[in-house]
Formats: sequence, C-alpha cells, structure tokens
Amino acid sequence: MSLAVYLNVVVAGVLTGLVYGLMALGLSVIFGVVRIVNFAHGEMMSIAMYIAVVLFAAFHLDPLVMLVPIAAVMFVFGYVLQAGLINPFITRPEHSQFLLVVALALIIVNTLLIIFGPDAQTIQTSYAYDSFQLGPVIVDASKAYAAAAAIVVTVALFAFFRFTLFGKAIRACADNYTGALVIGLDVKRLYALTFGIGAACVGAAGTMMSLITDVTPMLGPAYTLLAFVIVITGGLGSMAGALIGGVLIGLTEAIAGLLFTPSAKTMFSFAILVLVLLLRPQGILGKRTA
Amino acid sequence: MHRKPFANPRRITRRTFTAGVAAAAVAAPAIVRAAGGPLKVGVILPRSGFEAGIGQDCQRGVDITPPILKSLGLPELTIMNGDTESNVNTAREHAEKLVSDGAQLLIGAFDSGQTTAVAQVAEQKGIPLVINVGSDPQITEQGYKFVVRNFPTVPMLLHDEFAEQMEVFSIAGVTPKTAVFLHVNDLFGTGMAKGIHGMKPPYTIVEEISYDPGARDLSVEVTKAKAANAEIMLVVGRLNDAMLLTREMVKQRWTPNAILSWGPGWYENQYTKTLGKLSDGPISLVPWYDPNKKLTKTLQDAFAKKFPDLNMNTNHVYTFEALLIAADAYKRAGSSDPKALAAALHATHITDNVSIGPGIMFDAKGQNIGLKCGAVQNRGGKQVTVAPKEAANAKLEWPMKSYQNRT
Repeated sequence: MSLAVYLNVVVAGVLTGLVYGLMALGLSVIFGVVRIVNFAHGEMMSIAMYIAVVLFAAFHLDPLVMLVPIAAVMFVFGYVLQAGLINPFITRPEHSQFLLVVALALIIVNTLLIIFGPDAQTIQTSYAYDSFQLGPVIVDASKAYAAAAAIVVTVALFAFFRFTLFGKAIRACADNYTGALVIGLDVKRLYALTFGIGAACVGAAGTMMSLITDVTPMLGPAYTLLAFVIVITGGLGSMAGALIGGVLIGLTEAIAGLLFTPSAKTMFSFAILVLVLLLRPQGILGKRTA
Repeated sequence: MHRKPFANPRRITRRTFTAGVAAAAVAAPAIVRAAGGPLKVGVILPRSGFEAGIGQDCQRGVDITPPILKSLGLPELTIMNGDTESNVNTAREHAEKLVSDGAQLLIGAFDSGQTTAVAQVAEQKGIPLVINVGSDPQITEQGYKFVVRNFPTVPMLLHDEFAEQMEVFSIAGVTPKTAVFLHVNDLFGTGMAKGIHGMKPPYTIVEEISYDPGARDLSVEVTKAKAANAEIMLVVGRLNDAMLLTREMVKQRWTPNAILSWGPGWYENQYTKTLGKLSDGPISLVPWYDPNKKLTKTLQDAFAKKFPDLNMNTNHVYTFEALLIAADAYKRAGSSDPKALAAALHATHITDNVSIGPGIMFDAKGQNIGLKCGAVQNRGGKQVTVAPKEAANAKLEWPMKSYQNRT
C-alpha cells in the first residue's frame, strides 16, 4: 500500500480521535469533581444530537452555529439534573448512584425512541459531503470542523478551571470535599455547576457528532462505553487526558483497521485499555490516588 | 348414620352446569375455538431494539393488507401485534403470549434467530407459522408440521443472486475482472461471504474487508477499498453501513463501476431518502417484487396511498404475502382448527401474487422453492428492476455515474 493510504488513515484516525476526546471530556469533568460515574453519558449526548437534528429540520440551523446554544441548554439540563436528582445521592452508597444513572440512561433512550422512533435522523448541511484535498491526503470537512471544536472547547475548559474563581472553587471541591465545606464553599451548588459544565461539553460533542454520524436513540449506550474506554485510558478526571485518550483510541482503531482487519478495530482499542490498566492504572495523565 | 344419595346441598343443577360450561369455555385453551369470524393472526416482528426500523417497515406491509384481502374475496384477519424486541428469548416469550392470548396463526419474525425461536413455539403449541422473512435453511429442515416459509433460504439466495449478477454482467456487456468485497462480520455477512467465495465468481476479489455491523465510522474501510483499485464493489451489509459507506465514498472521491449489494441496506427507504441523488446507482440482488404482476400494481397503489413518501420493498411485499397465504389457507380450510389450517397452508397454490417467481407453493418441508431474486437498481430515488428479464421494467445503467458529477 502506498504512503498516501497510510497518511489518509492516520489523519482520519486523529480527527476521529479528537471528536471522541470531546465526547469523553464531559465524563471526565463530572467524575473528576462530583465523583459520580455518569452511565447516562452517551444518552445525554444523544439528547444534544436530537436537539441539533430538530433545530436543523425545523429552522435549518447549522449545528456549527448552534454549538453554543445547545451547550447552554445542556448546561441547564445538567445543572437541574444534579441539583434535583443526583445531589441527594451524593452521600449514598455507590451502587445506589450507579442504579440511579443507569435508570436515567434507560429513561432517556426509551423517551427518545417514543418521540423520534427507531429510524436514523440525519443532518444534511451544505458541507456534509465536502472534503479538502491536501496533496495526497483527503480530509473530511465535517470531521475537521468537529476536531477543531474539540480543541477549542478543551482549551476554554482548561482556562475556565485554571483562571476563573468559579473554576478554582470547583477544583477545591474536587481536591478536598471537607476542606471546601470548612472554608464556606457551597459545595452542592458547585457540584451542580460542574455537572452542568460536563453536560455542556456533552452538548457540544453531541452537536458536532450530529454532523458526522446518523442519530438514533440506540447510539447512547455505545457512546457511553466508548467514553469510558477513552477516559480510563487518558486518566479519569483529566481533561487533557480525555483528549489524548480519544486520539490514541481513534488512531489505534484506524491503524488496526488498515494493517489487520477493520472488524478487529474495537478489539485493539480494548487492548490499549488493558495495557494502560496494567502498566499505568490511573491512566495516561491521571493522578495516582493513595 | 345414613345419608341419602344426592342429598348434598351443593349438588349440580341444570343452572350450575350451564354456568360451569360457560366458565370452562372462557378458560379453555386458546386453541379450542369455534370456526367462523376473522382469523386471529399474531404478527411477531422486531418492533423495538436494534432491528426496530426493519420490524416497523414490515408492519407497513401489514397496514396496507386488509382492503386488498377483502378485494380478493378472502376472509378478514384480526391482527395481534407481538414484539421480539430484536431478541431471541423475547421472541419466544412473546410468541407464547400471542398463542395464549388466542392467536390462531403466527406470522414473523424477520430475523432468522428470532424466527427459529417462534417456529419452535409454533410447533410445540401446534399453531401454524408463516415465515415472512428469515433465511436460515435449518428452520425448514426440522420436519416441522406447522411451519411454512415464503422466503428464500441462504443457499437459494446465494444461487439466485449469483445468477442475477451474471445476468447483470450479460446485460451490461462487461464482465469485471476485479472486485473489492466489503461485508459485515456477523452470522449473515460471514455466511454470505463463504457462499460467494464458493460460487467461483468470474472476477478476482482483490481485497476482502470485513467490519463490525455496529461500526460508527467506515473511513478506513473505504480508504482500503479505494486503494485496492478494483472495478466493482461487492457488499453484504445493512442500512447503517450502506449509508456510512456511501458517505465515505463521496468524501474520499471514489466511485467504482458498480456497487453490487448481496443483501439489504442499499434499497431501503431511509437510504434513498437520506442520501438523495447520491443513493442512485447501486444494484441490489435481493428477493423482490415482480413489477409486471397484476397484484403488484394493486399493492403498489395501496402502498403509495398510505405511505406516499416511501418506496415499496422486500419487507412490505413478503409480509403482505404472508398475510395473503394465511387468509387463503383459512378460506380453504373453512376452520381455524390448527391442523386444518396447517394442511391448507401446505396445499397453498397462489399464482396471483407479488414476488418474482411462479407463485406461492410449498414443498414437503414447507419451503417455497419457486421464489426468485431480482437485480434492483436505485434510480431517481426509486428502485427499478433490471433483471431477471421477465420481471424487468428498466434498462441497466452501467457504469455508475460518478459521485462527483451529480448536481
């Protein structure tokens, strides 16, 4: 096979990986602070995807333009969800939290199924089939836009947590729950804010994903699993780790598909996960806990 | 102490006897029913789960059937809906429930695994089953007395699709020398792949690429296929991957001379609706309807009236024919007695039908061996039949128009 084929596959793998990273980012943020393992992650993303689909079908609003508004809607959804439903479970045993979010996931999937039916919905933008030719490399335009959005969102999120007072307060909660309470931080409100931010990331990811994949209610569970593989590989709770994990998984799948057989792509991404768990259990950029 | 015979105050009177008989009739097994009235037909399909789209597509075939049966002078059917939830165990449970709720005949279940489970229930309970779609050959090799199938088995499909492929090459006046072969890696895909290799095709398969049916991204697969530089692309897949592959081919600026699909996906409504002009060109080798048959026109009219935005396809046709078979057998049996119905089903001889082939008749195993596949090409968002010659209603377009030149 020619070098051009390898180049094309590597570029496609990196772009897909960046989008995967954006998708996993919200999961990492939520777990890093609230310590809730959000098993409804993919399902929440499918809500954002359906919002994008409905807005496009009804008003022809481009998902790229709707990225911020949809993220804002998902922020409110996440905030309300944490404040109203998840906060009472924060001090309960982990299995109770687990059952709560799994139940939430089931409700979301079936509600979407009732409202939209099982058929796949698509967003056909004017650039849906565009690609850029850069020498021998052909770059998928939608994936390139989604990958760029992934980088921008990650940088913005990093800046928020690093340089804003709210961000610092949230990090304080994540570092020391009791200490945060002692210095007078409204931890529950900050948890709700964090869940909202995580949900907004999910909203941004879902909006971008709606450009590159068909939307069905059954997408959720598959994306939840993928997000877990990525954040565990990159380091649960690490934002940069989510992005690196995404790229690693995307690249591994692409190269494995080219060199071996595409039907074994997922096997290779799970092999990476197992390797990381064996050699660096906290993930590539995760912090080791005592 | 002496007791008079029949002195028990709870003795059976004429009134209690009548009440008892009435209660027993209500509680009796569902199978024991009087003849007459509509036949209760349990239609079990994957209406939810990962095959929900196809199950609901089959349901459209059910929705348009009643007035056509009436116009053909066939008895009325009462439809009872069952959902396999795309799961074999649930298929079994729901088939049992349909029977206990009074279904006198079952129809289903699209997926071979689920159909196998429903067939086992039908045979155990002694309730006839008409298979609408399901191609695992083993189902009709079990010696079942209550099961008939009006759909080709995998060997029949392979044999006939191969013949249709050769006819397509003959019409095109071109026999390709090289092909790239993409297929899903599930039971259906790998089974078909083995069969295609076994057929000794006239071209060399320069690259075989198998992929996961749940794949979210097929860019690598298309890059690999494009790099193979083959004349045509063979594909065995489903709707989701048909759409993903087409999109990737457009983005990667690659159009083979022909796309030959040996399975579903490429002719489905969602494919044509979603991809618009980009859906034109692929040829599907599939069990199909004969557009020149009289009943086909009736069915097409009814379908167009009820679903104006959709094209009629295999799912609708074979589900309709399953109901036609049921109503025809009920009329000839003159009773809902399961044994009489099963005997009538085996004696079916319908020549005024819709699918390609001589008609509907079953061999001793309950299989319709006269069914034929068609070569169907997407054109202008619709499907036209290009082969076999006797069922063709359009000329073949070969090679495919480049994706880059479609405005």
